[in-house]
Amino acid sequence: MAVQALDGTRVPIDWQRLAMPAVLIVVGYGLIPAYASSYLVEAILLPFLALSLAAVGLNLLTGYCGQLSLGSSAFMAVGAFAAYNFNLRIDGLPLPATMILAGISAAGIGVVFGLPSLRLRGFYLAVSTLAAQFFVQWALTKFGWFSNYNPSGVISAPHLIVAGFPLDGATGRYLLSVTTVIVLTAVVWRLVNSATGRNFIAVRDNETAARVIGVPVLRTKLLAFAISSFIIGVAGVLWAFTYLRTVEPAGFNLDRSFQILFIIIIGGLASMRGAFLGAAFIVVFPLLLSRIGAFAFGDLFDSGVLDMSQRIVLGALIIIFLIAEPSGLSALFDRLKRRIG
Amino acid sequence: MSYYDFLFVIEVLVGGLLSGVMYSLVAIGFVLIYKTSGVLNFAQGSMVLFAALTFVSLVERGIPFALSLLITFAVMVALGFTIERTVLRPLVNRSPMTLFMATLGLSYIIEGAAQLIWGTQVHGLDLGIDDTPFEVGGILISSFDLLAAAIAAAMVAGLSAFFYWTRIGLAFRAVADDQFAALAVGLRLPRIWGTVWTAAGFVALVAGLLWGARLGVQFSLSLIVLKALPVLVLGGFDPILGAIVGGLIIGASEKLAEVYLGPFVGGGIEGWFAYALALVVLLVRPSGLFGQKTVERV
Amino acid sequence: MIGASLGAAAYERASEISAILAVANPVDDRRLARLSSRPDVVLALSGIGISFGGVKALSDVDLEVEVGEIRAVIGPNGAGKSSLINIISGLYHADRGRIAIDGQSFSQVPASRLARLGVARTFQNLALFGGLSVRNNIACGRVHTRRASFVEHIAGLPRARSEDAGIAEKTDQIVAFLHLESVADRLVATLPYGLQKRVELARALVAEPKLLLLDEPMAGMTATEKAEMAGFVRAARDRHGVTIILIEHDIGVVMGLSDRVAVLDYGRKIADGTPAEVRADPAVIRAYIGTAEGENGEDIR
Repeated sequence: MAVQALDGTRVPIDWQRLAMPAVLIVVGYGLIPAYASSYLVEAILLPFLALSLAAVGLNLLTGYCGQLSLGSSAFMAVGAFAAYNFNLRIDGLPLPATMILAGISAAGIGVVFGLPSLRLRGFYLAVSTLAAQFFVQWALTKFGWFSNYNPSGVISAPHLIVAGFPLDGATGRYLLSVTTVIVLTAVVWRLVNSATGRNFIAVRDNETAARVIGVPVLRTKLLAFAISSFIIGVAGVLWAFTYLRTVEPAGFNLDRSFQILFIIIIGGLASMRGAFLGAAFIVVFPLLLSRIGAFAFGDLFDSGVLDMSQRIVLGALIIIFLIAEPSGLSALFDRLKRRIG
Repeated sequence: MSYYDFLFVIEVLVGGLLSGVMYSLVAIGFVLIYKTSGVLNFAQGSMVLFAALTFVSLVERGIPFALSLLITFAVMVALGFTIERTVLRPLVNRSPMTLFMATLGLSYIIEGAAQLIWGTQVHGLDLGIDDTPFEVGGILISSFDLLAAAIAAAMVAGLSAFFYWTRIGLAFRAVADDQFAALAVGLRLPRIWGTVWTAAGFVALVAGLLWGARLGVQFSLSLIVLKALPVLVLGGFDPILGAIVGGLIIGASEKLAEVYLGPFVGGGIEGWFAYALALVVLLVRPSGLFGQKTVERV
Repeated sequence: MIGASLGAAAYERASEISAILAVANPVDDRRLARLSSRPDVVLALSGIGISFGGVKALSDVDLEVEVGEIRAVIGPNGAGKSSLINIISGLYHADRGRIAIDGQSFSQVPASRLARLGVARTFQNLALFGGLSVRNNIACGRVHTRRASFVEHIAGLPRARSEDAGIAEKTDQIVAFLHLESVADRLVATLPYGLQKRVELARALVAEPKLLLLDEPMAGMTATEKAEMAGFVRAARDRHGVTIILIEHDIGVVMGLSDRVAVLDYGRKIADGTPAEVRADPAVIRAYIGTAEGENGEDIR
């Protein structure tokens, strides 16, 4: 049996490749909703899904297109606050439409702050994305309209309904989250394996050569900013609506942007799987560290010490991965699989 | 505009210029490292925090001022060489983006370690400098800021002298100019990098003391790295002069903007104004005000 | 006054595309107009000059390239050969002079439109996309023919699919032509240097250019690899009819391969003609002997 591949050649169906997604779907839609405790869902799966999606978005821009961004959480904030306002101000707007509009808003802001990438490279671009980080946070705090004049700038998630089904419970929010993540990840996966995705990589690997052979470099970069910001914006909606339920602008700070960058470094730049492995690591690692710390040091290991040792270990891991395994957990995973299979 | 309005503008301007010097102080640390190893060291801010925290903790434990200074400096030297050995050397020949991300990791380690060792509480730091403003021709000037400016000026002079008249300074410039050529004539890069990180550590120490005395020694000290970034971009990464002038421009225009633009948009614009300014300059001059324009080799 | 001799339409197009920053020189323009109006001239340069930081890399260089020829540009190190190719491909902007590509005249060639103008090039230092496979690197060479948007690609709509199929077919042909089948699915960064050079040639050829610029395609190769590469270059001309400008250090290869040779020295063209004429030119011999004493010796004979 064979199928038509993207490039037109006929390739045999690789059942092994299909096995993995099938298992994930059974687990994601069958086992987890049926058996997972609400702690597992609320404290681990929901942040994991939102951060994974944000990392998929950032990976598109930084991993595939080579444009370093330190402003991811600003785009998450734009998504979250846009969704809040669309939902608040347009009566009866369906939730999926709200999420798409929020993504488009984030994409618009992303393009604006991506414009400097047409002239700037590397660090200079990083500075531009930092400008986005600080400006967005400032604007959301300063102008009460964004939070419907809540005195502390806090927004709360609305009632979540899709096609008549209320999704406010832990399982409902999980299903909303997991479906969004699967759909958008599939879209991004198609994209990076298409000619457009190869343009991203061409711009990353050699911008001059890309321009000379006719890759529309400027358009490609802006497209990367737009799609990446769209995805990160929707991730922001998930973060605000399904995970935290109430957020304030200060929650989308520079540390969050760094966290998403760390996810793709640890998971593996330019790897779809890496975004998920990295996010899983970032979510689980502090929990593990606090258990291990409490076990080894007892009461000495208070939350302050936990916070500091978390920073140290995380920083060290970044450096170790950059030195020893630049392709991140994703490459480690591959090597492990080869050794076993 | 009345005479008093004019005086007010001047006063704001002078205040801004003086705080700009404080930004330059941090930016110089960046420039040193960037010049010789092409690394944008995001950990410069955490080095400032680390130096200040170490110093103030030593003083609080009853160790004399001068000895504390000496010990802190020794610690910074050890830190510089350790970073060279464990982070930079294994990453040699990797992309600037990789190196930048490594220093991001480094800043997490240093911040975490500094606070794990010395605790997270805020320390007051008294350098014995009187901070009562005095009046010159109707303008109030902070004597502390003036002293900070003087120290910064002395440091720039010292660094420039070091670069131009000593053997190792010459080696610095050679490395900054062309790493391969420098290697070819037998300059030992690891030692030079170790030294330059030490120098950056020294700058961090000075900046840490002055900023610490101003704001108190606490975690937020490491955030001054975010103030120094636009300075750096504005001045162009290369010359020390750029860091100084960039700092002055940002300091002055930030204060002016806060006073004259802030009220229209609700204030609090100092968080991003420097970035916006730097961006505008970059869009006109992509290599900053003083950066060299490089011809791309293909 | 410029448009008088040059086709008005062509001139308008040129000025619309690139702002005319270079100093207009009526003599250059007349020369250029005369040359570029000949249908058998693919590329005509007139009065090209460029300097970097006060150092003149090229001054007053003329060059015309006829359809189907292999045109070599040689010269000692620093003679300005690479600057010339970078000006033709729009990466450097000449301070003065004009460039006519296939009848269209420019003071600055727009690099982003180069592929659509029918010009492809290789780079002196490899400029491949290390994160893509050999096949995908080559396929990128036809990116200028793509019209489908990213949405069509994601959705797998007919136009995107047929573009992909057409490009895959052309890529396969070039892969076969340059004997790259055995490595076609490997990441290009994992290939040895000589093969990477060949992939770059493939990426340029797949665009089916009228004019192919080769910037030292054999630099750093072994003698066997050089002979092989020379064979590919000749075959590319013979089979695909592509016109080639070749910059090369190895004089032996150049003399055997090219139809006409231009010699640059200190940014000036000191000779231009068939290999035999150039070889006998006293100025060329002087230039080369002069450098042979100072450098590692490039033998012209």
